Amino acid sequence: MHGFANPARFLRIARWLMPLCMVAGVALAMGALGWGLFEAPAERLQGETVRIVYLHVPSAWLGMAGWMGIAAASFSELVWRHPLAGIAARACAVPGALFTAVCLVTGSLWGRPAWGTWWVWDGRLTSMLVLLFLYFGWMALSQASEASDGGHNKTPAIFGLVGAVNIPIIHYSVTWWNSLHQPPSITMGKSAMSADFLVPLLLAMLGFTLIFAGVVLARMRAILADQQAEARLRRKALSEAEF
Amino acid sequence: MAIKAKHQRLVLLVIALVVLVGAALLAAWALRNQASYFYVPSEIVADPPEPDRAVRLGGMVEKGSIKTEPDGVTIAFVVQDGKARVPVVFKGIVPSLFVEGSGVVAEGKMGADGTFVADNLLAKHDENYVPREMQSMTAEQAKNVVAETK
Repeated sequence: MHGFANPARFLRIARWLMPLCMVAGVALAMGALGWGLFEAPAERLQGETVRIVYLHVPSAWLGMAGWMGIAAASFSELVWRHPLAGIAARACAVPGALFTAVCLVTGSLWGRPAWGTWWVWDGRLTSMLVLLFLYFGWMALSQASEASDGGHNKTPAIFGLVGAVNIPIIHYSVTWWNSLHQPPSITMGKSAMSADFLVPLLLAMLGFTLIFAGVVLARMRAILADQQAEARLRRKALSEAEF
Repeated sequence: MAIKAKHQRLVLLVIALVVLVGAALLAAWALRNQASYFYVPSEIVADPPEPDRAVRLGGMVEKGSIKTEPDGVTIAFVVQDGKARVPVVFKGIVPSLFVEGSGVVAEGKMGADGTFVADNLLAKHDENYVPREMQSMTAEQAKNVVAETK
């Protein structure tokens, strides 16, 4: 872990890991979506509308995983002061928010035919919407701290850790409280979902996760390059001012 | 010295996280009755809501209980949770997943005669996903097929 905290070593690894994640992820996700949309069977009660699950569930997972990434990075930033931790957290925020939004939109489109409503304020839907707002708040806060003191502010890291409390709430919202959303179909080691749906779904989740990792690596490289360019400009401006 | 400061931060942060998660769990526990989206029949029967209060009733549609009234648009059925049963009447279009033996959430008011008058129905499906090819099987058989794939 500490070895990766060295930006130069990180860049050497990210240079080949990023395209690898991207290519493998896109191939896997497209294959799994094709399988799910055209090959997998229709569901007994829901019919063809069940196919939206192959986009909805990976998005829900990555929306939550994005915040877990922010929280883990925030933790190592606060404890070990890793130089890359704050950058990793910033890189997770945009894709995490995007997948959360995709999860909410696909869920709403699915809710209309399956439940008979676009939206209800039950525990699961509300806590997922709160997650999207947490992302927006975190991005605004991190940008403000970046603008005011070059990102050496600890407030986004503290927000990242406090906001992680919402993740178990999302997960258990369907168990703790009566909700319109059904309980999880896939739990530790067992599935209430027939293998005809489960296999393409797991492949789609793996594929989108690789895409997510690729995007995070690409964004971390971009942020590092940005910082280098800025430092160079500042040095140049200083040396020009001397003459 | 540097190692010591690092350990101090680690301990402080872990304590802060434990306190935070504890507070969140306490809050969720306190909300366990308030944050529910609907009442189940046994709650409605044990503690009926005031007649004019809008409430949601959720449970399973009892097998063989859906009946269409002579006017053709009003339906009557029974919602049960294994402990209590509440009769429901509803006038309107039902969602396509509204079937006997499946979950439903009815929005409406409790009538004076103990019948729940719904003005909206939402279908609540369960966590089981079964291919259409298994449709001809009974629910028990389909459950076994799903269980085999675990």
